[in-house]
Amino acid sequence: MLKIRLLKDKIARHVMLGLTVLCLLILFIIGTVLLVKSLPVMRDHSLSQLLGDSSWKPFKGEFGFLSFILSTLHVTMIAIVIAFPLSLLTSIYLSEYSSPRARKIFSPVIDLLSGIPPVIYGVWGTLTIVPLISATIAPKFVDFSTGYSVLAGGVVLAIMIIPLIISILTEVFNAIPRETREASLSLGATKWQTVKKVVLRKSASGIIAAIVLAISRAFGETIAVLMVCGNFTDIPKSIFDACYPLPALIANNYGEMMSLPGYESALMFAALLLFLIIILFNAASRLILNQINHRYQL
Amino acid sequence: MRKLEEKIFKALMIGATTLIIAILLYIFYVILRKGLPSMNWDMVTRIPTGGFYLGKEGGILNAIAGSLMMIFGAVLISTFISLPVALFINFVLRKNSTFSNIARFGFDILFGIPSIVYGAFGFMVMILLGIQASLIGGMIAVALLIIPILVRSIDEVAAYVPRDMIEATLSLGATKYETLKVVYRQLMPGITTAILLAVGRGIGDAATVLFTAGYTDSIPTSLSQPAATLPLAIFFQLSSPIEEVQNRAYAAALILTVIILILSFLTRYFGNKLSKSKI
Amino acid sequence: MMTYIDIAPMEIAHKKEKTDVIRRQLPLLTVKDLNVHIQEKHILKNINLAIPDKSITCIIGPSGCGKTTLLRSFNRLHDDFKEIKVSGSVLIDGEDIYGKKVEVTHIRKKMGLLAQRPTVLPMSIFDNVAYGPRLYGTRNKRQLYEIVKHQLESVGLWDEVRDRLKSPAIKLSIGQQQRLCLARGLAVEPEIILGDEATSSLDPISSGKIEELFLNLRERYSIVLVTHTLRQAKRIADYVAFMYLGELIEFGSAHEVFNHPKNKLTKEYLEGSFS
Repeated sequence: MLKIRLLKDKIARHVMLGLTVLCLLILFIIGTVLLVKSLPVMRDHSLSQLLGDSSWKPFKGEFGFLSFILSTLHVTMIAIVIAFPLSLLTSIYLSEYSSPRARKIFSPVIDLLSGIPPVIYGVWGTLTIVPLISATIAPKFVDFSTGYSVLAGGVVLAIMIIPLIISILTEVFNAIPRETREASLSLGATKWQTVKKVVLRKSASGIIAAIVLAISRAFGETIAVLMVCGNFTDIPKSIFDACYPLPALIANNYGEMMSLPGYESALMFAALLLFLIIILFNAASRLILNQINHRYQL
Repeated sequence: MRKLEEKIFKALMIGATTLIIAILLYIFYVILRKGLPSMNWDMVTRIPTGGFYLGKEGGILNAIAGSLMMIFGAVLISTFISLPVALFINFVLRKNSTFSNIARFGFDILFGIPSIVYGAFGFMVMILLGIQASLIGGMIAVALLIIPILVRSIDEVAAYVPRDMIEATLSLGATKYETLKVVYRQLMPGITTAILLAVGRGIGDAATVLFTAGYTDSIPTSLSQPAATLPLAIFFQLSSPIEEVQNRAYAAALILTVIILILSFLTRYFGNKLSKSKI
Repeated sequence: MMTYIDIAPMEIAHKKEKTDVIRRQLPLLTVKDLNVHIQEKHILKNINLAIPDKSITCIIGPSGCGKTTLLRSFNRLHDDFKEIKVSGSVLIDGEDIYGKKVEVTHIRKKMGLLAQRPTVLPMSIFDNVAYGPRLYGTRNKRQLYEIVKHQLESVGLWDEVRDRLKSPAIKLSIGQQQRLCLARGLAVEPEIILGDEATSSLDPISSGKIEELFLNLRERYSIVLVTHTLRQAKRIADYVAFMYLGELIEFGSAHEVFNHPKNKLTKEYLEGSFS
């Protein structure tokens, strides 16, 4: 009897190990496939050309990714700049100040909202944000804007990642034991001072993790941004100009991929770029997180 | 001065919270307003006829069925992989072992990979294997997308399983595998929530299925047939120049939102039911 | 042979009669040169100890002295922690549980562990007690029922829960949960019972019940308890091991250690100079 149980245990462990290794292997396979498929375009063009040039003329074989890279970065930056303060304020309010009844109502609402598919945000963005920018906001700053812009992409993305950040931050704040806050309050600090000096400091690593996650998500979001960004290949000069982030590039052109030489390879290169950015980004944030944990002995 | 600072921030906080809730409610409202007029029974019960894309009759049953079948298959595949992996990393490997750190880092990366990259990768693999855009292609691409989501979510709840419980089981002479069976009961609600999260993400994602699932007007009857999906249905219809068709896109969006809401409630309900015995 | 009666006052004025008999039995559990390191810190230093069979041995000492670490090394609960290194041997029935070819689940079956906070499993009362037997292959419903009934009776829970065997164990009071854990541990027929401050989270009445159970159980088992209060040790211990800063300072029968401690540290601890 014992033998059978031990055997089951052994088999289970091996299966689980195998599956884990398989998943990590998939990571390598994805990287390799993307690399291999990007080789043609990398052979014909130098790296500085690909990354530094902004001229994108597939028919002529010109593949300069600069404007796509910049678009991706701009849109993500705007999204985080908008989403982070709002989410932080809301999470602090929900976890430190609001009544339990309010929390009971808001929590499921926010949960639900993190479940809304991106394409719905895209639809809503075209209906609401794009006209808003075109008619109301842009005229104050520039002569003309169709509304399909970096700003539109940023705003839509921001709204998409807000529920994500809030759910992580509320969890992080809830993880801080009640006693820690009580210790601060019983020394005479106000609630706000407690939040500022104690809660936020202790959750620093959690907050950073939340930002990292949110940026990751924003980076790779394809369809919502695609619908509101304008898909225009020139480098955007202002946030009211149209832009063309990397994911949108890949999504829009998959149909024509096969027809032009090097086009497929170029699009795979775009995918490879995204892949590498994510890896570098994760590695960097891991390092920063470790540093913070080390420094503050959390 | 301190009081002023506190007052300002409190106002900002309440402002931020109300703004967010308002925006999110507004989104629901817009979808409802735009989608409701074009909603009718046909939309959910009929597949497109020839003239559907020109504004004539039919519905998006093809997309509804396709999406549901696809997410079902994808969840099946990915749960079979993600659950053992998450349990392995958390309970079989020692805490903080090098391998578990490497694995978690790897899954962080997999989590962050844009869905379009999974779609493109899936497409490349399909070309290599000679598979055409089909239901199974979409299932696999979506499964790739949601595996890291599941692993991460289960990983997070796994941390809450009391160490004592595992040690109590071990002290009774159980093997590691047998403790997993006990842990699994404790984790049930958490796992269900994780699956819901993954379903929400998978069912609404267009980029994964764009290249891999194809599109068709009929309901697929086998895994190797192309399948329509709701996100693509919305997207394609929205890009149509015909207003009637555009309006139907909003109705489709409404349908997708409703499906997600139903799934949400179902999961909350089952989650509560299943946590009867949980500690 | 020495016998004496020790009466200790409890909050609820319970009179307990205890007979202290030195039995000449081969120790079931022997510890030889046990050293435990957690990362760089040397937590247990050269422990040598023989736990007598069919009696209650209480490990006492100030907090942080390593009592719990010692107890947990008896059923190899340190295995799962990369940072913990164990050297030396722990012999049960003459077999070193840290030996090369030892199957750890086999070892653990010989010992039942009662933790500080009750650790009920997420299942019904019945399934909790039946868990062990089911693990070892008992499937017959009648048999399982008999085992569950017997063990619940022996911990005094049967009458309280007979009508709700299928309800979740988590619904019991803390005191009942701890007794359930004891019943569960007994159901696998161990030889040794380990208790890690098993009554510290319980109210006095439940504590008393558990102590009574231990007194009954020592007829058949070797019981090793880490106690958090001297008073509990005085009430129920047959043998006492005093630990300080990772070392075993003194070991002997309860009468000897409490009344004629050989070591100065022991004396100071018993007097309450430090705790």
